[in-house]
Amino acid sequence: MSAKTEFSGFLRQDGRKGIRNTVLVVYLVECAHHVAREIVYPYRKQGVHLIGFSGCYPNQYAFDMTARLCTHPNTGAVLLVSLGCESFDRRGLAQHVKDSGRPVETLVIQERGGTLTTVDQGQAWLEKTLTELEETTTRVTMTVDELVVGAICGGSDATSGITANPAIGRCFDLLVENNASAIFEEGGELIGCEQIMADRAVTRALGEEILSTMEKTARYYTTMGHGSFAVGNAEGGLTTVEEKSMGAYAKSGSSPIRGLIKPGDVPPTGGLYLLDIVPDGGARFGFPNINDTAEIAELIACGAHLTLFSTGRGSVVGSAISPVVKVCANPETYRRMSGDMDVDAGRILEGRATLDEVGREIFSQVLVVAGGALTKSEGLGHQEFVLTYKTFEPIGPACLPV
Amino acid sequence: MLANQSGLLLRISEEDNVYVLLRPLTEGSCLQFGEQTIVCETSLELGHKIAARDISSGERIIKYGAPIGSATRDIRAGEHVHLHNIKSDYIPTYTLNSETD
Repeated sequence: MSAKTEFSGFLRQDGRKGIRNTVLVVYLVECAHHVAREIVYPYRKQGVHLIGFSGCYPNQYAFDMTARLCTHPNTGAVLLVSLGCESFDRRGLAQHVKDSGRPVETLVIQERGGTLTTVDQGQAWLEKTLTELEETTTRVTMTVDELVVGAICGGSDATSGITANPAIGRCFDLLVENNASAIFEEGGELIGCEQIMADRAVTRALGEEILSTMEKTARYYTTMGHGSFAVGNAEGGLTTVEEKSMGAYAKSGSSPIRGLIKPGDVPPTGGLYLLDIVPDGGARFGFPNINDTAEIAELIACGAHLTLFSTGRGSVVGSAISPVVKVCANPETYRRMSGDMDVDAGRILEGRATLDEVGREIFSQVLVVAGGALTKSEGLGHQEFVLTYKTFEPIGPACLPV
Repeated sequence: MLANQSGLLLRISEEDNVYVLLRPLTEGSCLQFGEQTIVCETSLELGHKIAARDISSGERIIKYGAPIGSATRDIRAGEHVHLHNIKSDYIPTYTLNSETD
């Protein structure tokens, strides 16, 4: 392999290592969103990212996701922005972040005198913290086996399943060979692939868990009356959800499936993992994930240092916290939108590269980005984030057999 | 894949009864299937599916070697295979003009 498999990372107190040293500003209800955004704005190109939860009513999933993201290895420090009367447990969250060894501050707008004074105090804290982080964060050598990499597709068309997704699959095989953790997600677009996935599970009991998860998924989307399928998918030549699934499934590569995890579960060892993003306990809060960004946030909550994003129609999104590597499936889309794309997998369709070559190129790109190089979406300032209401039961013992 | 159409149609898996278009097709262009010449009735973007053989109504559509839906009417070899002649065996596909589904 030509790319270096060692790079410099940031050491955290729990022993995990990050590839970025991001400061998070977190609004704890929509009413604090504007103030938080104003605090971030002048610092948005200095590694300060905005995330948050809009709901005023409590939700365990939203709390757990936020707690995971605030203690993600790419996160260096956290500023919480609260209106004051929302239900989010700001004290519990602040304590959780403090216990992880990260600098944390809470600004309650109602106690700080309103918008202007809170923005001033937030920015003063950022000034101090950015300098402090630069001086105090320990730099360490990091190796490829310490990486957690997620994969997702968005804005899919009929080329996604022939070029970008199988190429990501080849990259996943290389990551797993190198003992890294690779996570592919089940967002209703693996419907139709249940039996082939179950057959790849490392134990029969895990295979059964995968089958029952897929039953839950089919039931949930049937209740919604809508599959994981957008109008643009059909314009791009995809006709049915199971056709889209077969293409999406190719992202997983050919390694055995080592575990089934839910949002916030961090893979315990290297290997290939399936992330179940469909809520438990029936359809209570609407669509499992309202868009691609919600799914990226869940991969990051599972520890993903970066996410591989396959697109045919041409998605431009990035993400807060962890870089997104855009793999473009359609050669015509690449020619039109190359400024947003990191890898041109459409070359495969035109006979200008093989799947293996593009798979190796994505693997090299993972290492280069892990070493600090900015992805296209990072450079353009994309820091999309969304978090909604959901309910999950903890995973059972059969889900992580090893 | 037919010799005179090489580079235009891709059969992903041997069992597939549909091809994938590797280049866009303009309206009126011809595809040769055995003795039959099929004239393309609309222009098609790359990635769209073309029937590799005659498919009867109710028959499974196979792509990637796996079923991706069922034919809702008879489809001739060379015809465009999409929302107008196949359906999901799981969840119906939503389109902006869903009244024509």
